[in-house]
Amino acid sequence: MTSAATIPEQSGGRLTKLYGVLKDIMSRPSGAIGLMLVMVHVVVAVASPWIVPFDFKRVDVDLMLMPPDGGHWFGTDQLGRDVLTRTLMGGREAMFVTAIATPIAVCWGGFLGILLGLAGGRIDDGLMRVVDAFLSLPWILVMLLVIVIFGSSMPVLIAALGFFYGVPVIRVARAAAHTVVARDFVVAARARGHGRLAIIRVEILPNVLDALMVEGAMRWSWMLLAFSSLSFLGFGVSPPTPDWGLMIADARSLMSVGPWAVLAPIVALSSLIVGINLTADALAKALGIDRAQKAPV
Amino acid sequence: MEPALIRFDDLSVGFTSRDGRLLPVLRHISLAIAPGETVGLVGESGSGKSTLALAAMGYLKRGLKVISGTVTFAEQHMFSLGGSELERIRGGKLALIPQNSGQSLTPTLRIGAQLTEALRLHSKLDPAQFPARTLDLLRQVRLPDPEAIIARFPHELSGGQQQRVAIAMALAGEPKALLLDEPTTGLDVTTQAHILDLLSDIAQKSGMAMVYVSHDLGAIARVCQRVVVMYAGEIVLEGTPAQIFKNPTHPYARGLLASIPRVSNARLPVALEGRPPAPGEAGQGCAFADRCPIVQPVCRLERPELRAIASGEWLRCHVPELAQGIVMEPMTAPAPVAEASSDTAIFTLSELAISYHQANWFRQLLGQADKSTPTVKDISLTLARGETLGLVGESGSGKSTILKALAGLTPRQSGTIAFDATEDLAANVDHRQPDQRRRIQLVFQNPDESLNPRQTVAEILAQPLRLYFGLSGQALRARMVELLIQVRLGAHYLDRLPSQMSGGEKQRVAIARAFAAEPDVVLCDEVTSALDVSVQAAVLTLLDRLRRERNTAYIFVSHDLAVVRALADRVAVLYQGRLCEIGRASDVYANPAHPYTQVLLSAILEPELAARPKLMAADVQELSPPAKGCACQRRCPLKVGMICETETPPWQTVTPGHSFACHKPNNSMG
Ligand SMILES: Nc1ncnc2c1ncn2[C@@H]1O[C@H](COP(=O)(O)OP(=O)(O)OP(=O)(O)O)[C@@H](O)[C@H]1O
Ligand code: SF4
Ligand code: SF4
Ligand SMILES: [Mg+2]
Repeated sequence: MTSAATIPEQSGGRLTKLYGVLKDIMSRPSGAIGLMLVMVHVVVAVASPWIVPFDFKRVDVDLMLMPPDGGHWFGTDQLGRDVLTRTLMGGREAMFVTAIATPIAVCWGGFLGILLGLAGGRIDDGLMRVVDAFLSLPWILVMLLVIVIFGSSMPVLIAALGFFYGVPVIRVARAAAHTVVARDFVVAARARGHGRLAIIRVEILPNVLDALMVEGAMRWSWMLLAFSSLSFLGFGVSPPTPDWGLMIADARSLMSVGPWAVLAPIVALSSLIVGINLTADALAKALGIDRAQKAPV
Repeated sequence: MEPALIRFDDLSVGFTSRDGRLLPVLRHISLAIAPGETVGLVGESGSGKSTLALAAMGYLKRGLKVISGTVTFAEQHMFSLGGSELERIRGGKLALIPQNSGQSLTPTLRIGAQLTEALRLHSKLDPAQFPARTLDLLRQVRLPDPEAIIARFPHELSGGQQQRVAIAMALAGEPKALLLDEPTTGLDVTTQAHILDLLSDIAQKSGMAMVYVSHDLGAIARVCQRVVVMYAGEIVLEGTPAQIFKNPTHPYARGLLASIPRVSNARLPVALEGRPPAPGEAGQGCAFADRCPIVQPVCRLERPELRAIASGEWLRCHVPELAQGIVMEPMTAPAPVAEASSDTAIFTLSELAISYHQANWFRQLLGQADKSTPTVKDISLTLARGETLGLVGESGSGKSTILKALAGLTPRQSGTIAFDATEDLAANVDHRQPDQRRRIQLVFQNPDESLNPRQTVAEILAQPLRLYFGLSGQALRARMVELLIQVRLGAHYLDRLPSQMSGGEKQRVAIARAFAAEPDVVLCDEVTSALDVSVQAAVLTLLDRLRRERNTAYIFVSHDLAVVRALADRVAVLYQGRLCEIGRASDVYANPAHPYTQVLLSAILEPELAARPKLMAADVQELSPPAKGCACQRRCPLKVGMICETETPPWQTVTPGHSFACHKPNNSMG
């Protein structure tokens, strides 16, 4: 009987749970496919600078819009750059920005949502109105406005995406917290006299974490789309950095002469989004959350 | 002999476990139910009684499958019927009334529309006759004013009335057999008695067979002609209620009976130790061997067969002769009564009133007082140190509300709560001193709700220990183990999650958590009503031991008068949030003075055959307490007259310490 006995056993318990959830996801065909897609994208994004066959910014006017062949598997674009290289590297920026912005969104949205769920009453009602009003805004225009004002540097993008995509998380976290707050173990904790923060951390958070994780996965895919849309509109990544949104925008007009230059980034982006969505669905099922009950945003 | 309507033939049902073993839930059940007969199925939770009842409909919960045997209903093999044939039979000739069936009514449809729909599906009547038949059905289940009821929505009916509508719907297809799965659990005694009467009445008149599943032996004794006792998926005893409730021949039945608290007896019931084997856990011998007080060597080697004995009972035991030696009398001595006096009082409530009604902001702005009738009003009582006060009343009478106010979780409208040396305890728990919070602890009804499903027992117990005593490390763990041992669990429970424990074990953890604070008062809200009788007895024994060891006072809320009888020194009876009667438990139970207490006590179902409850005069839907006069005025069988509607009844003393609030003079009440 050592005093620390419970601590390592618990973390062991969590690891076992994580393993169980992963196993459950992999046991569903859609989950297995989704998770594989995501894993491949992550590995490629991290390793691409070392594995790509060409220099992504090497312009060669002689090679303009070459169709796929043995040297350039995916052909070349209108500046003669290797499409395979640029496609493999084109998700790095988007994934990096969204990988930081997603936890930010989930954290602040989740925290505020739980707080509202715990507070209840008029504050809760009032702030939810604000949230609903906010959600009805055309987000892309608001994002553009932010970028016009603050520029499109990476910190600005991260902050903007993290902020805007945290708003819908509030709803989900609040709904999840509402069902927990009414339960007797929270009442018991209040009666014992624990502080609000302690109640959130100890009693509520573990019970809404599952919902937040699934929501986080969904937010990630939406954010990727948003980021790519911004690049597409010319407000995200600046050339010559390869980026799917930018590549689609550049090659779009040449669709009829060089479809490969458009198709490659489109397939890459959509496979990642589909992969995330499949994984999120399987994750929700593995955790026993009914996605149908969640607020559609 | 009449041909059986429902027949189970050597039915075994089971599921495949993760490691691929086939685990039986029902084992070789053979049972025949004749038309017009009412058969009761009893047993602890998990004994397979609901599975058996559902199997009669050809229905198995997901994951279960038939291992062997057949079920026939009216000569048809239920498990070989197709979906559409099953659908025609279910709800038509064979109807099910599940637990909380009132809640299964469609909330957005009026009662009339729901009944019409049931008629359309399951009766051969001409649609023109539907309206008349609808009213007929409602009258049949003795709902008052059927014309008004058909226009209502389910939420506009009380729980008991909803349950009766559900029964009316089941009767729409003129079923030949009715399956009832715990139909009255969760209803209060008076409503329960009403519904049981009604069911036996209908069965008698129409020759309908009923299968009645319940862990409530009292209810079974009242309605059934034959009782089947189940244990670990097997029938262990079958006989008439008289045989089974007088002097049962099976050790398990004796244990079960002994664990039921009785109103007539102020002593603690004897707990049946241990728990039933999980599916697949029972060895080759008798499934009850591990808990049986008269277990023999042969019991562990050989499974006893179900065989008829001289009295006509069917029994599964090797040595029934020895079973007679198992004493069923409660053994624990009666609790000493602590006298409440002002110098030992820990809680003193004066004129406490609580209202859930939210005064609207406009009125508040105008400075108008809130004029709604409060949910709870005029509660004045004291609780002495180390004393147990039982608080009884039917569902919705405000028992939990009072506890919440004491715990600082519900604002009060007026009145004061004195706690020990504190004159008036803050109404909101946030404004109380940490030490005051420590000394008042709560235990809730349902441990599934009151224990965080994501916390291990160690984390659960650590909460109060860290908060109140700043314990950590070795000291924390040592104290947790000590607490677990106190509630008869061991250190090996520390790492379990609530989902890995049985109901009784969970409730023990909840009790350990309350006692971790070393409280002076523990507020117990229906702490045993989610538990099986056998487990309930163990939890009552535990609570009794803890209060003796620690001189803790309890306020013990329950709608079960027998449970209160077993534990309480004093009792307070509540009706619609108003106190009716208060006094020493022995006085109140022996000599109830208030008309409502009398009704309440006579409506109790004990597993006795002669018991016939006296019921409330009319079946009025009670929504809110009357604005003035006596709270019972609408249902009181002994109402004096107009005075009851206009004047608040005065308190009268029966004997010192025993008083009641009523206009009726005490001497004329016999
Ligand atoms: N939060 C609430 N808001 C409004 N009314 C409530 C609330 N909680 C309870 N009530 C009402 O207050 C009355 C008393 O409720 P309470 O829960 O105290 O009853 P109870 O005696 O504990 O009943 P039970 O035996 O069913 O637990 C009921 O009419 C109930 O409908
Ligand atoms: S067979 Fe043996 S163990 Fe089983 S109930 Fe009878 S005496 Fe007890
Ligand atoms: S005061 Fe009147 S209505 Fe109330 S209990 Fe007494 S007799 Fe009945
Ligand atoms: Mg209650």
